Amino acid sequence: MPAGGKAAFFDVDGTLVRTNIVHAFAFYAMNQGTIFGTAWNTARTLASLPFLWAADQVNRKVFNEAFYAFYRGQSEDRLVVLSGELFEKVLRPAIYPGAAKLIEEARRAGCRIVLCTGALDFTVRALAEHLGADDLLANRMHFVDGVATGRVVPPIIEGAHKAVAIRDYCVREGLALDRSHAYSDSFSDYPMLAVVGHPAAVNPDLRLRNVARAYEWPVLSTAEA
Amino acid sequence: MRTPSKLRRFYEATEQVVVTDRDSPPRLLFYGEDFLVEDLPVGTKVIFPRPPVAGLPNVKAAIRQALNHPEGCDPLHAKLRPGMKVTVAIDDISLPLPPMRTPDVRQLVLEVVLELLADSGVDDVHLIIAIALHRRMTEAEVRRMVGDRIFEAWWPERLYHHDAEDPDGLVTLGSTAHGEKVIVNRRAAESDLLVYVNLNLVPMDGGHKSVGTGLTSYEGVKAHHEPNTIRQSWSYMDPEHSALHRSVDRIGRVIDEAIDVFHIETTINNRMFDGPLDFLMKREEAFTDLDRLKLEGMRAALRQLPRAARRALLQAVPAPYEVIAVHAGRTEPTHAKILEASYGQYMVDVDFQADVVIFGMPYISPYSVNSILNPLLVQVMACGYFFNFYRGKPLLKPGGTLIVAHPCTDAFDPVQHPSYIEFFHRLLPETRDALVLERKYEREFAENPSYVHMYRTGHAYHGAHPFFMWYWGENGRQHLGRIIAVGADNEHVPRLLGWDSAATLAEAIDMARSVHGRGAEIAMLHFPPIVMTQNRG
Repeated sequence: MPAGGKAAFFDVDGTLVRTNIVHAFAFYAMNQGTIFGTAWNTARTLASLPFLWAADQVNRKVFNEAFYAFYRGQSEDRLVVLSGELFEKVLRPAIYPGAAKLIEEARRAGCRIVLCTGALDFTVRALAEHLGADDLLANRMHFVDGVATGRVVPPIIEGAHKAVAIRDYCVREGLALDRSHAYSDSFSDYPMLAVVGHPAAVNPDLRLRNVARAYEWPVLSTAEA
Repeated sequence: MRTPSKLRRFYEATEQVVVTDRDSPPRLLFYGEDFLVEDLPVGTKVIFPRPPVAGLPNVKAAIRQALNHPEGCDPLHAKLRPGMKVTVAIDDISLPLPPMRTPDVRQLVLEVVLELLADSGVDDVHLIIAIALHRRMTEAEVRRMVGDRIFEAWWPERLYHHDAEDPDGLVTLGSTAHGEKVIVNRRAAESDLLVYVNLNLVPMDGGHKSVGTGLTSYEGVKAHHEPNTIRQSWSYMDPEHSALHRSVDRIGRVIDEAIDVFHIETTINNRMFDGPLDFLMKREEAFTDLDRLKLEGMRAALRQLPRAARRALLQAVPAPYEVIAVHAGRTEPTHAKILEASYGQYMVDVDFQADVVIFGMPYISPYSVNSILNPLLVQVMACGYFFNFYRGKPLLKPGGTLIVAHPCTDAFDPVQHPSYIEFFHRLLPETRDALVLERKYEREFAENPSYVHMYRTGHAYHGAHPFFMWYWGENGRQHLGRIIAVGADNEHVPRLLGWDSAATLAEAIDMARSVHGRGAEIAMLHFPPIVMTQNRG
């Protein structure tokens, strides 16, 4: 690994914003252009909640794959156009008050700012620009003739694959993993945290808080400005 | 004419240095959140604190007197005019130790100053807690320090913490002739008048250190908190012979050229305990049966409690300190008067240096208020503070042995001391060399965004703080031959600190005598309360 620069990798949902990928999908489901489309997608999403919950209990990868299937049949144009509105109405108000400060502190430390999220890229691109991120590692929806297939272009960015994506990114960009930082709120991101030299738990869930205490990782909050 | 036994009792009751003989009672030593009661070898010189200096009968009157008759400048009221911009900076609760009974002296000073400002038509006033790289205080701590009335009226818009990591909140005033950068809080620098409200616990506090250190940034503190400066500080309690204070003074003089600073300094006596714990202020010779009963009762009760409960219990007892001096005006003449009062309370003249010195280590330090005295802080208390409790020659001979009673438990507070944990467990196993630590790792910790964020938004000490704590012990480490920890509950903490271990005080003294010989001169500084030695020979 070249001992070059360093980066700070930020999980997004729960770390920098209060929302998660379900909020983004719910926004799309409720903005279908026709009242019947909206009603159908909303009802379908609500009806699937038990199934999605069960999938999440199996693991995050199963959940993400099952969840992104709901995007099948949506037009790429529409998803991209609505992403601006998604940012303004859903994501921007949900940004934690301390998120920008944490990113700025990482930038001052000489870190390249990279958001690393299991969300779909078009849903978080505006957020990444708003927060001044240098790069975005996010899932990409597979489109055929401008229509979403409901499948994500592999490898899916979640869990252990986030760690692989971060490692590959550092190799590609000539960055030092052991000098880099990673921030997440969820135990499911343990691999992403463990792969860098300076992991930190942000607004952690109980399991991650326990792991952070055990491994003596800093525990931060972005809930305060 | 007094009989020999009466003469001996007179000597034991009045002399600050008592030589242990076969009839001397066992001595009480702090041992973290517990106490040891130990017999000392015959011939051991026990150095007792001076009795508390009488407190001022009317502190507010003394404050008004100081403001109206300042040292080297116009009275405060003469400096005020309507519409001017004033910043009042305040020391944080790292001092005094333990925190004093309310009302805190800072509250009393603020009440007088804020009333004066209001009466003079000065509305643009901010109160800034000068934490430097210390942790932000909790709301409850701030409220306790300034009182309900001020807290309700000023917090958080106009009463807040200095932020040493706010890029927009700092301004560089220039450099000293020695190249030290002078960086201060922007609001303070842009004010027409900066009033600093200080509390001196020991002679190393106050003076130019208040503004120059309390309101600066990491770069500003680093100018003097570095190994080479510390190695030339003999001691922190004797500013004239401390390279650290010389650096701070140079910085302060640059500040004084740029900012109109009105310094209000206060100091307190050493009345640390009273009420049920008043026996801790007595010599063992003066213990009554009730005192002995209270001591044993307290020790038995503490032993039944988990460590966190013991800590909470002991830290919940505020000290009945009394204010013994208030002076105001220009920084240097004001500080000189406060130093005189402080020396009068603490300094005990001695004419010897010992081969072996014994310290009982308490449960508290300036950096562990409402927290844990972690191993790095035990180190700074031993090598940094207690070793430096002298003027002139150190109590311990060069190459002497320091015996420290403390359990040295490997416990850290992840909220207040997150960077200490990494420093202790990642860096110290690699090296204890302060210069190597500084060169290789200090900046990495100082700029670590996690630590910066926890300092700015949580209650964590700055990422570089554990380095400064390590350097703070540097003059002690350079002077001492050996440190022995008595009663450590593990092997690895003393080892990481570079110390030896002994199960009991007797064993530690035997270990020391194996180096210094059977005739080794042994001394003990009898805490509590604070005592310092003065050896001008």
